[in-house]
Amino acid sequence: MTLALVLGGLLAVACVVLVSLPFLRDPDPASDELGALTDEERRRLGLAEERDRALAALQELEADHRAGRINDEDYRASVGTLRREAAAALSALRPSDEQGTAS
Amino acid sequence: MPELGRAALVVTLGLSAYALVAGAAAAMLGRRRLALSARNALIGAFASTLVASVVLAAAFVRDDFSFTYVAGHSNRSLGGIYKLSAFWGGQEGSLLLWLLILTGYSALAVWLNRRRARDLVVWVVPVLAGICVGFGWLLVAVASPFVVQAAPLDGAGLNPSLQNPYMMSHPPFLYLGYVGLSVPFAFAMGALLSGRTDERWIVATRRWTLLAWTALGIGQLLGSHWAYVEVGWGGYYAWDPVENAALMPFLAATAFLHSVMIQEKRGMLKVWNVVLVSLAFCLSLFGTFLTRSGVVNSIHSFTQSDIGPWFLAFIILAVAFATSLILWRLPLLRSRTRLESLVSREAVFLYNNLLLIALCLTILWGVAWPILSEAVRGQSVVVGRPYYDFFLRIFGLPLLFLMGVGPLIAWRRASLRGLLRTFAWPGGVALGTGVVLLALGAGSSIPGLIAYTFSAFVLATITVEFVRGTRARRALSRESWLVAFASLVGRNRRRYGGYVVHAAVVLLAVGIAGSSAYDSVTEGKLSPGQSLAVADYRLTYEKLSERDTEHATEVRARVAVERGGKDLGTLEAGKNSYKIAGPDPQVSSEVGIRTDYATGEDLFVIAEQVNGDGSVYFRVFVKPLVNLIWLAGLVFLLGSVITLWPDAREERRLAVRYDEAGSPASSR
Repeated sequence: MTLALVLGGLLAVACVVLVSLPFLRDPDPASDELGALTDEERRRLGLAEERDRALAALQELEADHRAGRINDEDYRASVGTLRREAAAALSALRPSDEQGTAS
Repeated sequence: MPELGRAALVVTLGLSAYALVAGAAAAMLGRRRLALSARNALIGAFASTLVASVVLAAAFVRDDFSFTYVAGHSNRSLGGIYKLSAFWGGQEGSLLLWLLILTGYSALAVWLNRRRARDLVVWVVPVLAGICVGFGWLLVAVASPFVVQAAPLDGAGLNPSLQNPYMMSHPPFLYLGYVGLSVPFAFAMGALLSGRTDERWIVATRRWTLLAWTALGIGQLLGSHWAYVEVGWGGYYAWDPVENAALMPFLAATAFLHSVMIQEKRGMLKVWNVVLVSLAFCLSLFGTFLTRSGVVNSIHSFTQSDIGPWFLAFIILAVAFATSLILWRLPLLRSRTRLESLVSREAVFLYNNLLLIALCLTILWGVAWPILSEAVRGQSVVVGRPYYDFFLRIFGLPLLFLMGVGPLIAWRRASLRGLLRTFAWPGGVALGTGVVLLALGAGSSIPGLIAYTFSAFVLATITVEFVRGTRARRALSRESWLVAFASLVGRNRRRYGGYVVHAAVVLLAVGIAGSSAYDSVTEGKLSPGQSLAVADYRLTYEKLSERDTEHATEVRARVAVERGGKDLGTLEAGKNSYKIAGPDPQVSSEVGIRTDYATGEDLFVIAEQVNGDGSVYFRVFVKPLVNLIWLAGLVFLLGSVITLWPDAREERRLAVRYDEAGSPASSR
């Protein structure tokens, strides 16, 4: 009983220390803010997802066409749209000054 | 040391409650240190639950019958390994196992994503903590495994039918699956709470969902095999509510695994995916509720059950929470992409989803109907096997067919000419198989014939996929066939691992169709020397014997088996009467099984009744292809491992994506 109580007490103390650790380690932080995404970062994340989706779809389409899973007719019907989508996403992700130079 | 176990559970409950409140406050106020503290509390909750579990396991190993739970589920003569499995042999231990896995998964999920998905994890912590609070409360206040008593000399022992290797591993696998679904649910809810409805919650939980789904699948097959060899009724799945309890979340998770691909590939079905992941989680809670509340036996045992009402309240809370969040965030979940054609891969995935969910809800209705009818009319109306078998054919056969269509059809849209060309080979193989089987007499069961034909179609599409892929890879890289094949699978693990899982489903379908639509059964009372015939087998009852072992009295009837005049040896079937203290003797049926490994067929002998005059009432089955079901389990595991195996190229691609976007992302 006594041993159990001692072990239980030790467990409780260890847990309290674990929970308090962030405050003990950093009692007076320069900033306690959570690093949330800015609106610009969220926009860029959405664009990066779109770009990856379009590039992956294009890659899969090419592989399927090469393997003979997709015939020329179906390939031609999709490849143009996918290339445009990938190009649009890539272009939107480029910093604005670079876009200006490119144009 | 029951006090230590109780104290550890109280600490778990306290830490979980703290993680819930502090985690929610940190997320809402944007406080970094408070968020870290809440995360640490969740990790601490795992440590304290582990301590409680070790205390209970030690009590089993030490035969400490002062623990009421240990005395109720173990005894001194119980074999060493079964002493550990007795841990989850009853309600309180099962709940502790649930909590142990839940806190373990929670700690691991938040730790692995601590850096790269921290803005999402900060909302995931309170959701996971909320689930931990629910189970922690049940264990502390309602169904504690640490209740003590004056220790009796010996315990009641473990139900003999549970003393089986399959039953040892079946519950932990099911719980790994049930509880594993908490992680994708928590990330989905975290994404909704934070308003971050991009793909990161899917990326972060992809492997968790697959892991939970694999564990559920393997757990069900282990349970089926246990029922087959141990329960002794001649089958492997009885549509029992407890079996259905595991099947429903598995079906919902299967639908989710497919529909999530549409979100990844096309950015569609965002609402549907959060609905599915919530449904899978709520069904996993419902499954635990069914098995633990007593509601399956009767509504009265539910109302008298300690945990039943709490569990029901927990499920209602989870459903209300998920529904409100989804409705609140609907505007963020709207997709800009639309379905372009009803003949496309995404459309096929959608049909597959609708069929899976229709099957899942049909089973749910079958499970709920006896409970509802008893609650409303005072009389329980049980839904029987014909109901489930009917809907399995209605929804299952088209699902099998779509499994063959999906991999070969193009994304976005497919032309008629393209379809004809793509499906010429697999369609021809399926048609040929159907005609040959019909000529061989398989037309005695139309659903069986359709299942075989569709299975041939799916296997042909999978083969075509592997052959075309390997050939294209070889042409591109000039590798040998073997290297090209390995490279193809290695570079597209999800795709080709998925095909291996599809092959497992085909084996399962063929095994089920063979053993249920084309089985033979006969029964009869035999005295020594008498024979009976079933299919092309002849069985002759030779003699009855009785053995007295340390744990049981074993009665065995020996039968000689012949096929086509050829002697195939002998089989034994009988009963075990276990030497366990208590008013009711525990008797198990011990079946005799002869497996033909060349054909996958089983001869299955049950000694239904052993009479005093030495005669035995036998029931004998011949089950063609039944062993393909167990083989399917191994293939399923192989496919899942291929799919789950980490892909360094994919990790790099995601790292680039999130670095460019400047986001704290996840690749796990």
